[in-house]
Amino acid sequence: MTSTLLAIVARILSGASVRWIDSQPDTVQRVYFANHTSHLDSIVLWASLPSHVRALTRPVAAKEYWEKGAVRRFMARTFNAMLIDRKDIKVHQSPVDMILGQIGHNYSVILFPEGSRNAEEQIQPFKSGLYYLAKKRPDLELVPVHIENLNRVLPRGEFLPVPLLSLVTFGPPMYLEQGEAKNDFLTRARDAVKRLKDL
Amino acid sequence: MFDVRTLSLVGGVLAILLVATSLGQRLKYSRDIGINPALVEAFNLRIRAWWLMCTVLAAAFLLGPASRVATVIVFFLISFWALREFITLTPTRLGDHRALFWVFIVFTPLQYLIVVLGVENYGLLFSVLIPVYAFLFIPARVAMAGDYKRFLERVAKIQAGLMICVYCLSYAPAILSLQIPGFEGQQARLLFFFVLLVQLNDVLQFAWGKLLGRSVIAPAISPSRTWEGFLGGVASTSLMGAALWWATPFDVWQAAGISAVIAVMGFAGGMTMSAIKRDRGVEDYGTLVVGHGGVLDRIDSICFAAPVFYHLTRFLFVAP
Repeated sequence: MTSTLLAIVARILSGASVRWIDSQPDTVQRVYFANHTSHLDSIVLWASLPSHVRALTRPVAAKEYWEKGAVRRFMARTFNAMLIDRKDIKVHQSPVDMILGQIGHNYSVILFPEGSRNAEEQIQPFKSGLYYLAKKRPDLELVPVHIENLNRVLPRGEFLPVPLLSLVTFGPPMYLEQGEAKNDFLTRARDAVKRLKDL
Repeated sequence: MFDVRTLSLVGGVLAILLVATSLGQRLKYSRDIGINPALVEAFNLRIRAWWLMCTVLAAAFLLGPASRVATVIVFFLISFWALREFITLTPTRLGDHRALFWVFIVFTPLQYLIVVLGVENYGLLFSVLIPVYAFLFIPARVAMAGDYKRFLERVAKIQAGLMICVYCLSYAPAILSLQIPGFEGQQARLLFFFVLLVQLNDVLQFAWGKLLGRSVIAPAISPSRTWEGFLGGVASTSLMGAALWWATPFDVWQAAGISAVIAVMGFAGGMTMSAIKRDRGVEDYGTLVVGHGGVLDRIDSICFAAPVFYHLTRFLFVAP
């Protein structure tokens, strides 16, 4: 109930239209990976999914941002965020293992392989987490997502959103190929996101 | 409210819409008549927009005592959405963010709040809030953000959006609070008359342009707007306005004259918005954002015609 409400507010505020290109919403276990330009990215992407898919999808988010203040904590709980502490990463407890432990065999996950939000127009090179995730769980569908204009709704360092219109585009699922090198795969994944911008 | 004149005006429009809808559907499913399917599609989309417009206006009228407030809220939402489209398609920089926040969250609602409270009581504030106070505030706020790159251009873009989408459009619901002697309680019909004529003018200019159009006015801006379409549109819109004089406080000649002015302003609005769209390299304001019809595409002519219609009516009937 609250989560539906939050999703509706997020959709209205961000004016997000949603496109699925060669792709369908589904409850199979997936990794949605997208470009990262705004703190609103995870919540708007999550809100763009149909409610039955949304209920099974958990965004990965930075703990230090979403645990600051009661409102953010409440929102993070409502959209069922997986809060990962970047300071807490140790050798025997990598974020990939934490994510895999939390999603089990039910949940899908939303993540932003660029790492921190990027102020540039260009999509930054992807970090390797997506690769290790795909390697450890080759059954997960990797769905590229492109988010446009949210950086203008809530840019870096701002706390008040301006209600412009944005666009969320879901692309066709991809997988890690047999024997594909890490850098090749990460470049291919990044291109898959970039390609959606112009479709 | 439900006098014979209102009923015949609204009923007439509904009848025309019904005929147009069935015509559009028939054209859609008969392929061998040699009409461009894209044209039929555009026609059908436009009719759908009119149904929406008509339903919303009629529903707002039907709310009885609350109808004035309801109509103003509808226009506020249209303004808000049009401004979203305008600013979304206008490149802004990070330094504009705080100024934009004020534009969306403070100035736009405030302007419509004044309309709700009654333009007759707050006339001065209604006319200066945006063109004086907002227009001084925006450059100052952008300057405070510390980014001077293309400063004037960025400020002008925000101001143009606020002026066209909010200030000009707010004159349409302001018609509801015009105190015209002998016309009390019937202003909703005048607003309906105004919106109807602007929409008719759009169609008539398009139709005359298709029929007779030879000399294009500005090919780089709009290849379909011709002098023939423009003049034919103005002439036939003022005839339509004269024929509908009974719905207004005007006499036949005043109705014809005011309709001609509406037609010219509607044309000016369409032309201006086309120029902005060409500059941004888009066809419609709806295209960047898929699924949204492009509210700004439908209201550009209303935005330009509303202030002039309001002032002329006020000049003729309220204060000399």
